[in-house]
Amino acid sequence: MKFAVIVFPGSNCDIDMYHAVKDELGAEAEYVWHDAESLDEYDGILLPGGFSYGDYLRSGAVARFSNVMKEVVKAAEAGKPILGVCNGFQILLEAGLLPGAMRRNDSLKFICRTVELRVENNETMFSSAYEKDEVINIPIAHGEGNYYCDEAVLAELKKNNQIVFTYNGTNPNGSLENIAGIVNEKGNVLGMMPHPERAVDELLGGADGLKLFQSIVKQWREAHVVNA
Amino acid sequence: MYKVKVFVTLRESVLDPQGTVVKNSLHSMNYSEVSDVRIGKYMELIVDKSDRPVEEAVKEMCERLLANVVIEDYRFEIEEAVAQ
Repeated sequence: MKFAVIVFPGSNCDIDMYHAVKDELGAEAEYVWHDAESLDEYDGILLPGGFSYGDYLRSGAVARFSNVMKEVVKAAEAGKPILGVCNGFQILLEAGLLPGAMRRNDSLKFICRTVELRVENNETMFSSAYEKDEVINIPIAHGEGNYYCDEAVLAELKKNNQIVFTYNGTNPNGSLENIAGIVNEKGNVLGMMPHPERAVDELLGGADGLKLFQSIVKQWREAHVVNA
Repeated sequence: MYKVKVFVTLRESVLDPQGTVVKNSLHSMNYSEVSDVRIGKYMELIVDKSDRPVEEAVKEMCERLLANVVIEDYRFEIEEAVAQ
């Protein structure tokens, strides 16, 4: 399985993402610049965190019009797994690949620490290696992670079981219903504020994020490799 | 040429964390008459005349980029810009 790590001007978690997938997971990975014309050769797309285009106007608002995003939309329609972390999540929201929007954290502070997440849905291609209701430790680092959607969208998210991760215990940013990560209705696009790629080795303080990447590969093998 | 003034604010139904902090600060300075503060963005666009009505073009710019209509409202004013 071959992953693309999309690099925008201002991405700063691209190297962490590459390391997680290439070195810790043992899959193939390549950096792909934001003006790339095609993502056809990749099986999974990773949108890393950072401050694409300086987060000018709104987080993700400018990156969403990058050339490569047309290809990301195409890959989403084709059913390929697409993971957006932090700024990547914000870009997926701005692109309309996921519903809702981000507001400033309710504390107005940039928060950088490890938090507890609860796995609300372990029946997605991103979370199948976790137990339902498992509590995991994953770092967050953001100033705008205060997820918002209107009541109609929230009802849809709940009905379709699209809320994958919630903050366990204290809500760090004020997000609606403690939401930390959601998938699209089809289940192949996940956006989350916490950084699983920063929790892939005990040396880094924890490896709870690795199962997320293992889930993606497991699903892909079952779908694409004979006698898997 | 037109000068277009665009105002973008969080929707009324969306809690504005910055506005809340500024309101509390004003209250602590004894401006108790302030009942609400909404913080937004102000943008000035200089737009060349074209065959397309400027209102239509600016509305499209607001919907596609300048505002995120999931959480923000926008309004704009169009002025004839005086040639320099």
